[in-house]
Amino acid sequence: MNEELLTVEALRVCYGESEVIGRLSLSARQNEIVALMGLNGMGKTSLMKALIGLLPARAGSIRLSGRELGGSPPHERVRHGLGYVPQGRMVFPTLSVEENIKTGLGDKERRVPEHLYRFFPVLKEMRRRRAGNLSGGQQQQLAIARALASRPRVLLLDEPTEGIQPSIIKDLAVQLKQIRDQEGLTILVSEQVLSFALRVADRVLVMARGALVHESPRESLDEAKLGALLSI
Amino acid sequence: MTISFSIWMMQAFNGLSTFCVLLLMALGLAIIFGQMGVINMAHGEFLTIGAYTTYLLSQASERFFPWMASWYFLLAILVAFVLAGGVGLLVEHLLVRHLYRRPLDTLLATWGLSLIMQQAFRSAFGAREVSATLPNWLMGSVKPTPSIDIPINGLFVMALTLLLTCAVFFGLLYTRLGVRVRATMQNRLMASAAGINTGRVDKLTFAVGCGLAGVAGAAFTTIGSTGPTSGSLYIVDTFLVVVFGGAESLIGTIASAFGIAQTQATTEFFMTGSMAKVLTLSLVILILMVRPQGLFALKVRR
Repeated sequence: MNEELLTVEALRVCYGESEVIGRLSLSARQNEIVALMGLNGMGKTSLMKALIGLLPARAGSIRLSGRELGGSPPHERVRHGLGYVPQGRMVFPTLSVEENIKTGLGDKERRVPEHLYRFFPVLKEMRRRRAGNLSGGQQQQLAIARALASRPRVLLLDEPTEGIQPSIIKDLAVQLKQIRDQEGLTILVSEQVLSFALRVADRVLVMARGALVHESPRESLDEAKLGALLSI
Repeated sequence: MTISFSIWMMQAFNGLSTFCVLLLMALGLAIIFGQMGVINMAHGEFLTIGAYTTYLLSQASERFFPWMASWYFLLAILVAFVLAGGVGLLVEHLLVRHLYRRPLDTLLATWGLSLIMQQAFRSAFGAREVSATLPNWLMGSVKPTPSIDIPINGLFVMALTLLLTCAVFFGLLYTRLGVRVRATMQNRLMASAAGINTGRVDKLTFAVGCGLAGVAGAAFTTIGSTGPTSGSLYIVDTFLVVVFGGAESLIGTIASAFGIAQTQATTEFFMTGSMAKVLTLSLVILILMVRPQGLFALKVRR
């Protein structure tokens, strides 16, 4: 149960000649929710993109239960158990809600698994609506459902609370824990809102200028220190 | 019933036949352009492949399988689709795949390909135009009134076009490949991060688009004779249709194919063919100046 599921070692990511992530290592165990905190521009989104394969890594390795994923295209990483919910949600606006979820299904599955609608009942009600007409919170749920449709073992969530009402952020925290408990998922979530991170995470990592600068399990979290790291 | 009305009716029907070939060509071109932003200059040659396939099958059935002579045409439609689609698959794999995100290079490469294919047709079939023998049931005409003649082959082409257009719509809206195509069209990177193998989707789309041009070629043999450059004669009009209709909208493609073919056919009666073309083009340019995005453009919140 406590073995490492996702292992990232000495990952280096560059935009042209400028390095955005420098020799970063991290790991996540099965069933663990890890929050990745940091100010804007510190490399959280770049890290997420590098993990799913939308940004090429210059060096280093990304392993999912021992299998090397570095170098393979995004859709293969999805097939091997990574799920990705991008910043800004990126649902397909003119596709219906149901069709959006179907884009995540593997080749052998035809129908949207019923348990996805159990996590997000509102999506079932709206399954024939265009995704572009949904509210921000609903689009966020849809983006998560789309990622879950590929039956991932590790879910990458990039800034899920961005641009969403506070009351819905609370629901989202509850839903994420529920999904983790029922699906046995590992979740790596990047976040700027400390209260959300504290609500969901088992462990908190802090990123600054492309490197990890702090790591702490939730129980022994030093909020004052974290606050200092996250203030400008 | 006046004579001029009858003439107008028949002219409109001629327009409908042109509309059908244009639409079959444009559907393929539009889904390829919409899906991967590739402008396939060789699209007309896939029509020619379909037309020569039909011609060859007509010859073969006359010589070797006389019992098939009246039904070979249905088989030809199928073979034209498979053959043109297969060549399309090959072209995508060997050429187009390496040029994604380089639109100017694809333009040049596919234009070169179209020249190569035209020369290959010329070497194989000669420069002289050939005609497939029409089966008996496609000959003749329907006369709703004594002065109106509607040819059966035209009606058949129309039915075929209707069927294929519906099939394309059905495929895009309700099949899994269709959902994947639309997702890739909207956001290629996100589609791949959601688990879609976008390279494979591109291949299949390209093949289906080329296959549709092949069917257009089979349909074309019922209204004209086939030469090495038959397809390239249609390519300019087809581009016009796709641009005029709005690049990402199939409804727009249909409306614009109809508009262009009808304007062309009805004005052709009152002036020379080239003047009719000038008039059609001027109209299209005028409308595009007002609506550069084409007749129907997608409106979405992004």
